[in-house]
Amino acid sequence: MPYAIELLNITKRFARTVANDDVTLKVLAGSIHALVGENGAGKTTLMETLYGLYQPDAGAIRIHEKEVTIKSPHDSIKLGIGMVHQHFMLVPPLTVLENIVLGAETTKNFFIDLKKTTAEISELAEKFSLNVPLTEKVENVGVGIQQRVEILKAIYRKADILVLDEPTAVLTPQETVQLFKILAELKEQGKTIVLITHKLNEVMAISDHVSVMRKGKIVGHLETPKTNPQEIAQLMVGRPVLLRVEKSEHKAGAPVLGVKELTYVDRRGVEALKSVSLDVASGEILGIAGVEGNGQSQLVECITGLIRPTSGSITINGVEIVGLNAREVFARGLAHVPEDRIKRGLVIDLSIKENLILSLQALPQFSSRLSMKRAEITSNAELLIQKYDVRPPDPNAITRGLSGGNQQKVIIARELSRNAEVIIASQPTRGVDIGGIEFIHRTLVTARDSGKAILLVSADLNEILSLSDRIAVMYSGRIVKIFPDNKVEESELGLYMTGSNQELIREAK
Amino acid sequence: MTAKKHLPRLVGITSVLEHPITQNFLIPLFAVVLSFAVGAIFIVMVGKNPFEVYSILFSQTLGSTYGIGQLLFKTTPLIFAGLSVALCFRAGLFNIGAEGQLQIGAFLTALVGMKTFGVPFYLEIPLLMLAGMVGGGLWGFIPGYLKAKTGAHEVINTIMLNFIATALVSYFVTNLYNVPATVHTPPISPAGRLPRFDAFVSGFQGSPVNFSIFVALIAALFVWYYVDRTRYGYELRVVGLNSKAAEYGGISVSKNIILSMTIGGAIAGLVGTNFVMGYKYYFEEGFSTGTGFMGIAVALLGNNNPFGVILAALLFGMLEYGGLVINTMVPKELVSILQAIVIIFVISSNKIFRKILTNFLKKRTLSIND
Ligand SMILES: Nc1ncnc2c1ncn2[C@@H]1O[C@H](COP(=O)(O)OP(=O)(O)OP(=O)(O)O)[C@@H](O)[C@H]1O
Ligand SMILES: [Mg+2]
Repeated sequence: MPYAIELLNITKRFARTVANDDVTLKVLAGSIHALVGENGAGKTTLMETLYGLYQPDAGAIRIHEKEVTIKSPHDSIKLGIGMVHQHFMLVPPLTVLENIVLGAETTKNFFIDLKKTTAEISELAEKFSLNVPLTEKVENVGVGIQQRVEILKAIYRKADILVLDEPTAVLTPQETVQLFKILAELKEQGKTIVLITHKLNEVMAISDHVSVMRKGKIVGHLETPKTNPQEIAQLMVGRPVLLRVEKSEHKAGAPVLGVKELTYVDRRGVEALKSVSLDVASGEILGIAGVEGNGQSQLVECITGLIRPTSGSITINGVEIVGLNAREVFARGLAHVPEDRIKRGLVIDLSIKENLILSLQALPQFSSRLSMKRAEITSNAELLIQKYDVRPPDPNAITRGLSGGNQQKVIIARELSRNAEVIIASQPTRGVDIGGIEFIHRTLVTARDSGKAILLVSADLNEILSLSDRIAVMYSGRIVKIFPDNKVEESELGLYMTGSNQELIREAK
Repeated sequence: MTAKKHLPRLVGITSVLEHPITQNFLIPLFAVVLSFAVGAIFIVMVGKNPFEVYSILFSQTLGSTYGIGQLLFKTTPLIFAGLSVALCFRAGLFNIGAEGQLQIGAFLTALVGMKTFGVPFYLEIPLLMLAGMVGGGLWGFIPGYLKAKTGAHEVINTIMLNFIATALVSYFVTNLYNVPATVHTPPISPAGRLPRFDAFVSGFQGSPVNFSIFVALIAALFVWYYVDRTRYGYELRVVGLNSKAAEYGGISVSKNIILSMTIGGAIAGLVGTNFVMGYKYYFEEGFSTGTGFMGIAVALLGNNNPFGVILAALLFGMLEYGGLVINTMVPKELVSILQAIVIIFVISSNKIFRKILTNFLKKRTLSIND
């Protein structure tokens, strides 16, 4: 079978790093090829080079057996390459429809032919069951939907080679199954797919081949049917990896975080939270399962002081915190790993060490009235970088240049360094590699064992099931079910999450 | 395979490109050199010898004590204005209002100065500076407050406030506080005068350069320290770079917007130290010929770095004074053209510089490999 993509001896360097070091990757036409590797291994860089966002310092690219130069995404789109990026490239104030057609508009007398375009896109969306609200503004839809918009966008541009950079990181298991159906369908139609992922079960489930990258190099090409997750993990990390969370029985203490009848009506009058009540005790992890966009973000933002609930109460150790701003809430003993690291959790144009003190800058530890304590800030960074294995291990490196997983590690490091009593962790391992997940999970479990109260919000059911001591399911702004332990079937959770079991939900009310 | 051998050197060059010295200093310098080269074309077009014109430009400004005095005198207000714009930039705000802020500031300096005869100099001088800072600060506070509380864009509001400032000051100077038949105020108390350089070095004779240049340098030092070394500056930068993250970290976005516009305005308001306290000893309508706007160019060329601002102000100061010098040889519009070319090249230089360097490198690597 002919190759659709041949990346030959690609080398790409950044100021401090060699992101791709003499990398050769060949992808058979009509196959699904998984690309895996630790955070910062160079997967995104390699694919963005293929997409024309970077120029390789050395090496050649062949598409459908023809040598090509790809100077910009404009060239790659013409070659039939579509890419769905790890960090979405959508224009928030524009509608979903506008984002999809942006740059590929069908015009009629200089105006976008709205009717025709809408029909075309609706048809595509239908065909691949990619449900999106076409007239909604992108800034108003959740990350899950934004992901679908990105995929639709590439398909709309008639991509014949589709690169997906961690597409499932933001999807629920149900959505992932759906996506994989779509991918299988695309493959059936002769399209070639490169899939970057950190989830080895996905690799096993859908790919034909898998390439493993480590520290800028390819360390193995495997045929999926002839390998297993353990082998891939070992290749990725360079040591045997624990693929399961080790966790002792939990000994929950007194409730620390209390949420009572919390209601939030957003600016557009939508009731995003409907009388939500829950408790998190010291020494336990309460997992919130749910399809993204069912009120989890608003719940977290209310608790962390970013938005003000319309009614209800939130207490830490019995003390009311509604009405306090983010800084005051932090001071009451709360840590917050926000769901969107680029938007909220980091200032990507500042260095690692400056990000490691975000919201801690006013502590006497890091600044006096007249100046920042630069030596302390640097040594704090050195310590955390080492402890959390952030790469590159340079306190002065600008955070923008870090891989997604390493950016996440910076946030985790900062939030856990607060030593807060309550930890709100929203999608803490999104886009993090298996080594990192292992580490973050272990860190959260250790925090639990030392008596912290942890509220875990995650779209990843595996994560919820393996970490939580109790599980709450959110659907449409309500807690529809709280399971007293984590001995639940995934399928049962799924029913509650999608609201498809209305009877059960009515019963719960 | 041979490419590999050259890997370390290439890595070296990439990091040179991203090094702060390159970003803050070499690239702007490159832009300046390039624009002088393009300026030469224009000089040739008006039928003059560019080498001759440039050599006069340099010798008249840098070649004598008097020339240096004039250069520094022109540079001082540009430093204040540049710092004002640069500080606001770091907070993510585009302060087009330095012109209005410095008008109000300088006028208030003069107004307080003419009402406070008899105060000893060691109180009078700080008092007048404070008056300038209060005036400018107020004129920065207003758009800052409006932006923070209503979201009204600071660009529009600072432009509008420039008109108001100019008109207001003009009204006061022509109707209420003027010396009859002039457009200037009565003089300030002699205690409020800043010493001129010519009182110490006779070579500066005839040039009004005065101690306000030191005020400007201290202001630059202050801005650097404030932005880069204090936690307030850290918060200001966070707000400027990512206001959502600021919110998340409990940093008040609106407080920082108001604060930085106010401080920026106050710095612009110090312009009066040069003209009112160091030169004329009164306020005169039209004393600033767009200094506040040049401040934008100065901040841009200086990469919003206080020390870069000083260097950039020196360059624009030189063009401003040098423009007067070469006036007899070439039309004075040429100097405006040169200034504009510098600005254009600065804005585009990063990319041009990168391209030239990368192309150069690629060729080198290729020829070595062959
Ligand atoms: N624009 C950039 N400037 C400087 N360094 C960069 C840049 N982009 C990536 N890097 C560096 O290149 C290396 C590879 O990064 P890349 O994003 O390709 O990793 P990745 O394999 O996609 O990781 P992840 O799984 O975390 O997304 C990292 O060390 C990263 O810090
Ligand atoms: Mg990546």
